Amino acid sequence: MATQNRPLSPHLQVYRLPLTALMSITHRITGVGLTFGTLLLTWWITAAAYGKPEFDQAQAFLGSWIGLILLLGFSFALFFHLCNGLRHLFWDFGRYFELHETRRADVIVLIGAAAMTAATWVMVL
Amino acid sequence: MTSNSSSLRSPLGRARGLGSAKEGTHHWWVQRLTAIALIPLTMWLVASIVALSGSGYDAFILWFGQPINATVMILFLGVAFHHAQLGMQVVIEDYVSHHGWRVTLNILVKFACYGLATLSIVSILTIAFGA
Repeated sequence: MATQNRPLSPHLQVYRLPLTALMSITHRITGVGLTFGTLLLTWWITAAAYGKPEFDQAQAFLGSWIGLILLLGFSFALFFHLCNGLRHLFWDFGRYFELHETRRADVIVLIGAAAMTAATWVMVL
Repeated sequence: MTSNSSSLRSPLGRARGLGSAKEGTHHWWVQRLTAIALIPLTMWLVASIVALSGSGYDAFILWFGQPINATVMILFLGVAFHHAQLGMQVVIEDYVSHHGWRVTLNILVKFACYGLATLSIVSILTIAFGA
């Protein structure tokens, strides 16, 4: 078996992931997180359909500190997945693949997601 | 067609005789289509939640009692749960190597996503028609 001189994929234990790669895996992690987050949304809506006591119970949990932390994480995951998803759509059209372009998009996505999260919470609180 | 040496398929692939299921493109396309639809739907959902935050049960019922709001919310729920199922399927297929677990998890994710989608859509309809 000749295995000499073949290109190796990055060895994850010694290879420092570039920001673009970190954001790629974060896109997946936020996607999985958002899927579980829909449980909160379903609970909220279903509770409202059942009646005021059930809805108030759901609202009380979402307004508690653990609920607020979950919602903060949910909102940032949502805006990150939205902004980075937009970048993925540009990639699907074959745009912005150059290194300097991906670095610029990294920054735009992170600032965009943070700004949208902050703006939402400023309006809510 | 004639010579095996010109084929791009591996010897193992030829022996097994299993080619592409020809479903990958459709999965990819629906994931993009639902992603595009979710851009305006998500912005609307966030705006709705911001508008409803701080107000209680009555405001919620009044909001989704309006046909346009109920319609957009149902669209969001249907598209979002479909997008979630497609995304979870890719993650499971990438990271779960055991065939039995992979199939089982994908079935469970499908049941969960479409079950929750139905429950939340029926809830919105209950509010829209009942209140």
